[in-house]
Amino acid sequence: MAALAEAALAAADPMVPRIVRVRKRTRDLPGHATLELVPADGAPLPRYRPGQFTMLYAFGVGEIPVSISGDASDGSRLVQTVRSVGAVSEAVTQLKVGDVLGLRGPFGSAWPTEELAGQDVVVVAGGLGLAPLRPSIYHLLANRDRFGKVVVLYGTRGPEEILYRRQLETWRKRLDLQIEVTVDHAGVGWRGNVGVVTRLIPRVSVDVANATALVCGPEVMMRFTAAGLHDLGLPESSIWVSLERNMKCAIGLCGHCQFSGLFACKDGAVVRYDRVRRLMGMREI
Amino acid sequence: MEGLERILAEHRLFAGLGQPFVELAAGCAKNTVFRPDEYLFHADDPADWIYLVRHGRVALELATPGRGAVQFETVGEGEIVGLTWLLPPYRWGYDARATELTRAIALDARCLRDKCEADHDLGYELLKRFLPVLVARLQATRLQMLDVYGRAR
Repeated sequence: MAALAEAALAAADPMVPRIVRVRKRTRDLPGHATLELVPADGAPLPRYRPGQFTMLYAFGVGEIPVSISGDASDGSRLVQTVRSVGAVSEAVTQLKVGDVLGLRGPFGSAWPTEELAGQDVVVVAGGLGLAPLRPSIYHLLANRDRFGKVVVLYGTRGPEEILYRRQLETWRKRLDLQIEVTVDHAGVGWRGNVGVVTRLIPRVSVDVANATALVCGPEVMMRFTAAGLHDLGLPESSIWVSLERNMKCAIGLCGHCQFSGLFACKDGAVVRYDRVRRLMGMREI
Repeated sequence: MEGLERILAEHRLFAGLGQPFVELAAGCAKNTVFRPDEYLFHADDPADWIYLVRHGRVALELATPGRGAVQFETVGEGEIVGLTWLLPPYRWGYDARATELTRAIALDARCLRDKCEADHDLGYELLKRFLPVLVARLQATRLQMLDVYGRAR
């Protein structure tokens, strides 16, 4: 009863975390973990849209923003992929099945999946940037007949750092999806593409007047990718990117993630590229 | 020869090039096939051929002490292997190995250089087509050098 009351409080106040439990943990890559989270307070999980993030709170350590990487149509669990880059993310990746943690959100804007009906869609991911794009890929594939061509381009550092590798291999077998994977460097045993992800863009054949691109990865990679897509003929207004900044409160109050006139947590993380292209090139921001 | 002219004319490198120029370039061309793991050339060999890949994949590699060979780029269908033929000393700076069955049009670089010297209009047209490839690879190399994918702790 008390737990339900706390869940109600959390629902009413976005600064109050809910308690969730780790139901499953997958080690995708060294230093990474994908967690399946279920409620520990009796209340249902919040619904979310592809591209949104949550704040995960490792008790006694701290709180970090983490992209949701699961299927938004599955309301029974929340799937999130974390890479260990600091003390909090290290603590989150070390959580075991049955451990509890705090959860706030979901927060932020989403990929414009509902607006893509009838269009060709190009998804470009770099490194861990595949995680926040995966919910949109689930959506595109679950509603495949509503879209034109669907192309997924994925780049990462090396063959040993390919995220969701088995899933990519499964998707690759589909005839209604063009999927290309490349790595920056590889040993001689690698039989796939080598080169940065932008080198894959000229292979994309879409109706550029009726296509949208969803791009997520390191900011420099997104800029190069957007330039490549623009060279292909896509207007900048048809390119969406996901910004990563120092999200703290996640509701646009604290200002830590301020990006000129935008708050990455509230106005983003997903934004249309033409709104931020100039800002992304400014070294002061 | 007629077949090679048609293939060259359809290749994006030669798109829009006048028929007389295509005929000149086709005079330096031949069909080639490389089996998986067969080398097109090795580092420091004379850069005497340019390869327009029609089908397959070619890995560009550099040998590094203690790590063996490292692939730094692959070139696939519709792309070009070999830009070094353009400038002296006309020597390859890396190895090129077919990673799968690869079919390509090979252009004799000496033949093409001689024709470009004799006909500067042809030379300029070809330069306009090779330079964007060079710039695109330079841009890609810059991104590659930045090593943007942060490593986990």
